[in-house]
This record gives sequence, C-alpha cells and structure tokens, in this order.
Amino acid sequence: MSRLRTLVLLPLLASLGSCSMVVMNPSGDVAAQQRDLLVISTALMLIVIIPVMALTIFFAWRYRQSNREARYEPDWDHSTHLELVIWAVPLLIIICLGAVTWMGTHLLDPYRPIGRVAAGKSLTPGARPLEVEVVALDWKWLFIYPEYGVAAINELAAPVDRPITFRITSASVMNSFYVPALAGQIYAMPGMETKLHAVINKSGDYEGFSANYSGAGFSGMRFAFHGLNDADFQAWVAKAKDGGGKLDRSSYLELERPSENEPARRYASIQSDLYKAVLNMCVEPGKMCMSEMTQIDAKGGLGLAGIYNTVPLLYDKFARRGTVFGPAPSYVASICTTEEALAAATNAAQPALPTTFTPILGAGLQRPPAMSIRLPSRSATGAFRSPFNS
Amino acid sequence: MFDNPTLLKAIFGRLTLESLPLHEPIVVATFVVVALGGITLVGALSYFRLWSYLWREWFTSVDHKRIGVMYMVLGIVMLLRGFSDAIMMRLQQAMAFGGSEGYLNSHHYDQIFTAHGVIMIFFVAMPLVTGLMNFVVPLQIGARDVSFPFLNNFSFWMTAGGAVIVMMSLFVGEFARTGWLAYPPLSSIGYSPDVGVDYYIWALQVAGVGTLLSGVNLVCTIVKMRAPGMTMMRMPIFTWTALCTNVLIVAAFPVLTAVLALLSLDRYVGTNFFTNDFGGNPMMYVNLIWIWGHPEVYILILPAFGIFSEVTSTFCGKRLFGYTSMVYATIVITILSYLVWLHHFFTMGSGASVNSFFGITTMIISIPTGAKIFNWLFTMYRGRIRFELPMMWTVAFMLTFVVGGMTGVLLAVPPADFVLHNSLFLVAHFHNVIIGGVLFGLFAGISYWFPKAFGFRLDPFWGKMSFWFWIVGFWFAFMPLYILGLMGVTRRLRVFDDPSLQIWFIIAAFGAFLILLGILSFLIQIFVSVRRREDLRDDTGDPWDGRTLEWATASPPPAYNFAFTPVIHDGDAWADMKKRGYQRPLTGFRDIHMPRNTGAGVILAGLSVVLAVALIWYIWWLAIVSFVALIGYAIAHTFNYDRDFHIASSDVTRVEDERTRLLTANGQVG
Amino acid sequence: MALAHDVSDDTIFHLEDDHGLAEGGSSTMLGFWIYLMSDCLIFAMLFAVYGVLGGNYAAGPAPKDLFDLPLVALNTTMLLLSSITYGFAMLEMAKGRVGSMQAWLVVTGLFGLAFLGIELYEFAHLIHEGATPQRSGFLSSLFTLVGTHGLHVTFGLVWLVVLMVQVSRHGLIAANQRRLMCLSMFWHFLDVIWIGVFTFVYLMGMLR
Repeated sequence: MSRLRTLVLLPLLASLGSCSMVVMNPSGDVAAQQRDLLVISTALMLIVIIPVMALTIFFAWRYRQSNREARYEPDWDHSTHLELVIWAVPLLIIICLGAVTWMGTHLLDPYRPIGRVAAGKSLTPGARPLEVEVVALDWKWLFIYPEYGVAAINELAAPVDRPITFRITSASVMNSFYVPALAGQIYAMPGMETKLHAVINKSGDYEGFSANYSGAGFSGMRFAFHGLNDADFQAWVAKAKDGGGKLDRSSYLELERPSENEPARRYASIQSDLYKAVLNMCVEPGKMCMSEMTQIDAKGGLGLAGIYNTVPLLYDKFARRGTVFGPAPSYVASICTTEEALAAATNAAQPALPTTFTPILGAGLQRPPAMSIRLPSRSATGAFRSPFNS
Repeated sequence: MFDNPTLLKAIFGRLTLESLPLHEPIVVATFVVVALGGITLVGALSYFRLWSYLWREWFTSVDHKRIGVMYMVLGIVMLLRGFSDAIMMRLQQAMAFGGSEGYLNSHHYDQIFTAHGVIMIFFVAMPLVTGLMNFVVPLQIGARDVSFPFLNNFSFWMTAGGAVIVMMSLFVGEFARTGWLAYPPLSSIGYSPDVGVDYYIWALQVAGVGTLLSGVNLVCTIVKMRAPGMTMMRMPIFTWTALCTNVLIVAAFPVLTAVLALLSLDRYVGTNFFTNDFGGNPMMYVNLIWIWGHPEVYILILPAFGIFSEVTSTFCGKRLFGYTSMVYATIVITILSYLVWLHHFFTMGSGASVNSFFGITTMIISIPTGAKIFNWLFTMYRGRIRFELPMMWTVAFMLTFVVGGMTGVLLAVPPADFVLHNSLFLVAHFHNVIIGGVLFGLFAGISYWFPKAFGFRLDPFWGKMSFWFWIVGFWFAFMPLYILGLMGVTRRLRVFDDPSLQIWFIIAAFGAFLILLGILSFLIQIFVSVRRREDLRDDTGDPWDGRTLEWATASPPPAYNFAFTPVIHDGDAWADMKKRGYQRPLTGFRDIHMPRNTGAGVILAGLSVVLAVALIWYIWWLAIVSFVALIGYAIAHTFNYDRDFHIASSDVTRVEDERTRLLTANGQVG
Repeated sequence: MALAHDVSDDTIFHLEDDHGLAEGGSSTMLGFWIYLMSDCLIFAMLFAVYGVLGGNYAAGPAPKDLFDLPLVALNTTMLLLSSITYGFAMLEMAKGRVGSMQAWLVVTGLFGLAFLGIELYEFAHLIHEGATPQRSGFLSSLFTLVGTHGLHVTFGLVWLVVLMVQVSRHGLIAANQRRLMCLSMFWHFLDVIWIGVFTFVYLMGMLR
C-alpha cells in the first residue's frame, strides 16, 4: 500500500519542477502573503498528519494477524493519558492556526488598503493608488480607468509597485474576479460592489479569469493582465486614447449583450458616471438606481402611490440574455412582459388612480435621456413627498 | 387538431417534439443503450415471472432490511450514471486544448457537471448511506423494524422518484446548467428559462421529502426502540453516528426544502426572493443553501466514520479505543457543522471578522475529527488485525482522508481560500474527503454487511481488484487536480488555452479510467459472488467474529430479526454474549407482531413524480389531477386500519429450527 | 467501559415475554414532534427571509401602508379561540365523550375557517390594491410567510374533517386517539407560529 503510494507520487513530484504553480510563485505582494499563509498552515498541519500516516502504516504492519510476537490486548480500550494527548495536540495546533488565521484574515482583507508594496518596501507617501472599476459582463470583463478616462475589454494593465484599488461589480450573474499572480479572488455580484486592494511587483503578462461559473460562455471569460513599468503603462494608456471609440451608456448597453470569447479591445473615452450606473443597475434610460431605491426604502417606501410604478425597477427578470422563451405570461400574476409592464404603467397613469408619476432621479446623477416610456411628468409636490426632488 | 398551438399548449404545456434531444447523437446513443438495457431487464423479469414476486416481496415491503437493500441498489445504479458524467468531463477536459473545442458543447458540458454533482450527492451517496443505516441500525439495537415501517417504504420510493426525475431529464428536455447548487441569478427564470432548473428543483424536492421522513423515522427508532439494557452509552458507534446523522437530516433538510420552494416561487410566480431587481437578494440564497449544504457533508461522512469504527474494532479483535470520546467527538461535529457554512463563500466579501470566525470554527471541527483518527489508530494498537476487505478500505481511508482533511483546513484559512476558492484544488479536496471518506466507508460497509444481508460473502479476489483500482485510480485522478489548482486553474472550465496544463488533465483522465475499472470490478465481484454463493456461504450468521448485535441473528436475518428481543449488558453486546457462553434459545417461541406490506408508498411516490413532471413542463391540468389524486389517495390510505399481522409461533419455530440445524451441521451449537 | 464481571451466571440475554414491534403511542408522538420541529425550521427560515427582505419595499408600499391591524387582531382571535376549543375537544376525548368532542371539533373547524376566510380577504384586498407578491421583496416574503402558515391551517382543516369522519366510523379507538393527539400538537403549533407572525410581521411592521 505505502510503497505503491510512493511509486504513484514519484513521477508527479518529479514533474512538479517543470510546471509553473502560479499560486505558489506569484508576482504580487498580496498573493505572495497569501501563499505564505498557505505554506505556514500546511507546515503546522503536517506536524500531526505525518506522524498519523506513519503510525497508521506502522500499526497496520506491526499488529497484523500473522505477527504473533506483537502484544494482543483485546480489552484495552481506554487510557486517560493518551486521550488527553490526542485531544490536546490537535487543539494546540488549531490554536496556533487560529491565531495565524485571525491575523492573516484581517491583514489580507481585500477591503483593507495595502500597507506595503512588497516585503521590506513601504508605500510611497502621498502616492494615489490606481483605481480600476471592474464589471463582469456576459461573458467578458470590462475595466474602466476613471483616472485616465479609458476603458478596456478583457485587458487589464497596471504599473509595477503602484497600489491598485479595484471596485468590482457584475451586470448579470455572479462571477469571481481572479488574477492568481496578483491577489486572491473576490466575487463580482450584480447590484453590489466588492473591493480588492493589490499591487503587482514584477512586470510581465499574467492571466486573469472568472473563477465562478456564470453560464455558457464562462470558459472564455479570460483576460490578460499586464504588469508594466511606469513608462510602458503611460504608453498603454496613450495607445488606448488614440484608438477605439467612446464607451457611453448606449454603447455599454450594446456591449452588455451576451457574447463569447471577446478579443481584447480598448475605449478611448468613457462616460464619467457609467460605472456608478452599472453598479446601480440604471444604465438603461428611465431606470431607478438601486442606491435611490435603497434610500427610498429606508425612508419607508413610496406607499400606495408607488405601487404601479414598476417599469423603472424592472432590470433583468425576463430574458436578459436574449433567450426567446420566458415564462408564459398567463401564470405570472402581475407584470410579466415589457408590454404588460408598459400597459401597467400606462394604466397607472389614468386619473382614476391616486398616483403621481415623476421620473425619479438619483442624487448626483445626470437626468437620463428622453425616456422610451411616455409618462406624464407632473410636479413632485403631488401625492407623495420625495426626498430627491428638492 | 395538431396544428392548434393553444390546444397543444393546454395539453402538453411546454413539452414539444423539440424537447426530445433527437438531434444530439450522444444522447440518442445513450438512450438506445439505456432503452435496450431496460427492455432486456423488463423482458427477463417477465420471462422468469419475477414481477409479482418483486412487487409482493420487495416493492411493497415494509421490512427495513429489504428497503435497505433497495436503497443500495438504487445508489449503485445511480453511481453508474454519475460516473459516466465524470468520465465524460475528464475526457472533455483532457481533449479541449490548443483551440480544440473537445467533443462537448457548453450546453452539454454544463449539464453534465451539474448532473454529476447532484446525482453523486443526492442519488448515490445519500441512498447508500441511508440504505446501510436502514439495514443495520434496527439489527444493531435489537429491534424488529423501524418505528414507522410504512413511512420507511414511502421514503425509499420518494428518493427513487427523485432519481427517476433526474434520469428523465437526460432524455426529455434537459438538466440544469447552473452547477450543483443552482445559485441565482443564474438559476432564475431570466437566465435559465428552460426546464433544466425545474427538473433540478423538483427532483430534489421529491427526494428531499423521502430523506426527511427517513430521518424522522430513524431518530425515533434509535431513541425509542433500543433493546432493553442498551443505554445511550452502550449503543454501537455506528448507531451513534446514524443518530447524529439523522438529527442533522431533520435539522438541515427543511432548510433545503424551503430554499428550493422560494426559488421555485421566483421561477413560477415571479416573486422577488433571489432576483437582482425589486429588492431581491441572490446572496441570501447562497447563505441559505449552504446552511443546509454544510451539514449535508456531515450527514454523509458521519455514518462512514461509524462504519470504520465498527470495522476497525471487529477486524482488530479488540474493543474500540476511546468509545466515550468517539461519541462526544461525533456530537461536537454534529453541532459545529451548523456554524461553518460561510466558509463556502469567504470570497463574497463579508469582512475580515466574519470570515475569520467561520474559518476558525471550521478548523475546530478538525479537532474531534483528529481525535477520531487517533481512536482508530489506537484501536489497531495491540490488536490482531485481519486484513479482510473492510479493513483494507479502512486503512486506505485513514491514509487518504488525512490528506483531504489537511487541504480542508487549508481552505478554511480565508486568505488561502481567496487563492484556492473554486479552483481544481477545491475540487480535489472535496473528492478527497467524499471518495476517500464516504465512498471508501461505503465500500467497507458493503463488504462488511453483505454476508449479513444475503448469507454469503463477497468474492475477495474481485473485491481486491476493485480496491486497488479504486485506490490507485483515486490518486491518479485527483492529485493532478491539486496541482492544477495550485497552477491557478478554476473549476467548470470547458476549454483551455495553456497547453502546459494538458498533461495533468490526461493523467487525471487516466485515473478516472482506473476508477472505471474499479467500478467494473465491483460489479463483477457481485456477479461472481452470486455465482459462487455456495462456496462463499456463511451459515453461522457471524462470519467476521463480530461484536455487535446484528451478528447474533441468522444471515440473512428472518423477517422478525430476533425471535426473542435481546437484553444487553455491554457495549459490544454480541462479543459479551459470546464470551459469557450465551446459549441460543431453541424452544418457547411466540407469535410476533409485525407490520403488513403495502403498495401505498409506491403509489404515493408515483403520483408525486407525475405531479413534479407536470409542474416541470407546465402541464397544469395534469398537475391539478395528480395533486388531487395524491391528497385523495393519502387520505384514503389513512382509512385503512388493518396494517399489521402476527407471524405465527409455528412459523418462527420452523425458521429457528432450520437455523439450529445449520449451526449443528457446522458443529456450532448456540 | 470495563467489562461487567460482576454479572452472575443467571444473567438473562433475551426477553421471554415478547413485546413485538414497539409501535404506536409514544413512538408516534415523538416522531410527530420531530416532524413538527422540522416544520418549525421551515418557518424559522421564512421568518429569517422576511427579516432580510422585510425592508425592501422596492420604492413601493410598506407595512404601514397596507396592514389593517384591527382585522389582523380579529384574525388572531379566531385562531386563538380555535386552539382553546380544540383543547376542550381533547378534554372530552379524555373523558370518552364522543358526541361533545365532535361538537368541539366542529367549533374548532369553524374558527379555523373564519381565520382562513379573513386571511384570504386580506390577501385579495392587498392584491386588488396592487400589492402583489411580485411587487417587492418585502411583499414576496410577506405573502410566503403568511401564506405558508395559511396552507398549514388549510391542511389542518382537511385533516380535522378526515379525523371526524374516522371517529364517527370507528369511535375513539387507540389509533384515532393517537391521531387526534397529533392533530392537537399540529394545531397548537400553528397557533404558536401565528403569534410569531402577528408580533414579528404585523405589530413590528406597523412600528417600522
């Protein structure tokens, strides 16, 4: 048994040298610290694991039936000392590991701004981190550089040794943003924002991808991550600015449609509040932003007045991926298709109902372009008081 | 008539001819094979006139032993399906390099990995574990059956019904393409509008009812029906683990039922539990499903721990070391399993304090688990180990499982999880504990208790073949995945760019092929054993020199298990009885009160399957009809008060005299 | 776990007097109790879901716009009264008086029906106003929590009718008494759940 295991493992171990285990040999300081934790924990556990495996083999051999020399004590089933040891040893190891975990988890919390550039290399005081806004789309990645006003699809670049702050969201389903060489992953979730702080220490081309299955095109959701020195990064930005078009709300809505294996490309300019609109699921004209909705809800909702005002809320319930099927309209008790939603909204605008409709605007957001739905705009001082129309 | 779409829709819902995958050669070929196999089986059963025997003696049986065996058969049949999925995945991943798309498109591949997970957990591991518990527990506690024998039959058929629904998705429509836990929003109606997720939901709901009821049943049985003298701390350790497992089932499966019900409300009614818009919260689903999902892992592994304890103690010819600490370890694991669910999604961004809390609780579980490993180790110490198959599986388990346990603790360190989450390292880890723990345990249990169930041993040669193929195959199949995980390869990918990865996938595929040989050897083992049953016959009822009560009765045990209810004086009851020269009673048998067989379980489960299929395909009239029939039949069943009968003392005497004759012929009286 | 060497030779290893399969009575009660606890977990989950989604009005109506507290109070009274009358029925059962027990069961059923009627009226009213389960996460969880309880009551009523028929056919035999006890536990359990719903959803909803 044991000999066979060694035989099995030997060729594997031999070939390990030839393969590149990016997780064990990363190029970013955060990933490197995560790797260190991995190694420390493994070492701590091997303190118990190796003796257990050795003892298993030894006891199995020593106390085999044919070995009549070994002692046989059929009624020996308890020893307080031994029991103390077998509970205490794992306990001690877990106490050590728990302490390491507590510290490591807090130090390497992806939400925590990084404290150093690399081991023994502190942050440049006053240096601003590179901000990157990340959107997981079906099935590609959008990276927006608000500082430079450029964006890229399936291509990410960052200067070496400059801290990076990622703000991450998704347009449709859950994904996970992961560049193994740079730092651990974090989920990208629709309508929610996660953050990741990281830094890359070596220039080079690395691989990034989605680490959470998200549907048919998932396998192709990969992107190149370029660690560049400052000059090259400036050149990269300049190149982006030279070519490509503008990423505004309408071109974003085109981009958002499902597509697979998208080649890397860049946008020379971006609409400034696009990421915020994506995050709040209100890129489409006439949609209420999530942040607004949450604020309204925190103040107790819009009451009966808002009851039929559902079109601005409808985001992706029905066939966002362009699938033709959907639930048959007959069994959804309320709003099912866009047509019905429109009809409901129109009905709601009938004078018989005590509702007043005003396109609800987000604080600090642009007024959306002309809405595709014709809704009567009246004064906001009507049936309900909205805190956002002051 | 057939060109009227409204009418067709009213009759067939969304079931159309296009729903049959006639344009998919792989599926058609599979269907032909399955259909031929099915026809052969049905033909053979009809030819040998076995239908009425099967119906009377097996399908309608309320005997816990027969139900246990049926669970095992279900689990093994579904293992073949689940494993076909596995080998298809391994093949695809080994092929799809350098611009090659492999042989599966994403529509197919995504269904396969979803089905593989669902089938292996719900329809392989669960039936096998439940089957063993069903068979063994009443015997171990000296009972004549479980507390609610009819419910037991019904539970089995509901589980089988769930399996039927999953199998149906292969040939009519499609299965979910969401991963085995069907996270929304991907599983919501907007992103998965077809029947796949509905198949998933209803298969799990139907099977879930069965699991929950069987959990209630076994908890009740263990609490209420132990033989006199068997205090809690004298229960065999397998019974202890079964008790904890069933407590976990009762406390975890309602969560699954509820969360799937909410998902189906989202899909069918348009509610907003897990939607992106209208104030829904998809991440709530992830939390809720793992509140069920993590205890589920322990539902599977605890009985395996129980099996290893029984096997180690029996084959070392020694009392189990540290029985008391074993029991407390089991209880601690049971409780802690509810406090760790968040470790499945550290990467959701819950914050450092939350993450480290759940990370540390997870690590704490490894303390009682470690104690268990040591207890087995010290049971071997100063024992006299007979390396029969069950013991071989146990030693293999101890060496394999510790590796899986170690990688598990690694994954419980949140920063380490950030780099390994969803990677093939994770896949390797949970296969390491589920195959190396649960499956090895089940194989140990099957070879250990098979003689009890059928009266003859399993053929050792083919058993050893199966064992070695499995062990070697396992290491070949999953060690490369650990390495690939460290190379930053994530799970559920269909095609790859980096050609340097391919060699590892080929090694893994080779491992899967070895496991295939292991499964085939196992099937051959059963076949050969049945052929050679006279050579392998065991008339004593105690082929391994067992220590617990199930070995005190005949093999296979009579319908009533024990002619007289045994009285227990020690934890290892049967070892104690043998040691003190227990004499088997030969006279004075009485009538035995037993439950009567009934077909109600089959009918109720059948109606549930019809209802589920109607709901999957939106055939509303059929849904209403089958629902009314289901309720109506259930009510009608409660009007039947005549549910039991007595086995006459003359029959008992006849059976017991036959056993006396066999024992005497073997030179063993008493 | 030392061996009990002190046991003398006349130790018995089996019961001469056989008790058969320990069925009925206590086992059923325990089993039903365990089932109730698992059902309780379903409600616990629905409460938790309501706790998470209860404030997500999706810019729509909130509890204070929708709830009619006097009506819900009446509703609660109906269910509480039905529990009391079920208790009376059980007292009559203990005394073996079939007729008066059946009468109390009828009263219980009527109170249960009244509860369901009021609840359905409330739902119809909400839906008529446009506050459908599809309108917001809050309404989804409200309808599901209250509706699941309502479904349980409906099931309890069907069970009640079935049991009354069975008692009238077979009288108060042991099996029927056991079933009545189970339904009793079920009915009181629903009462407890409703008190939770009333407090957590309705009263606290109005305070929000």
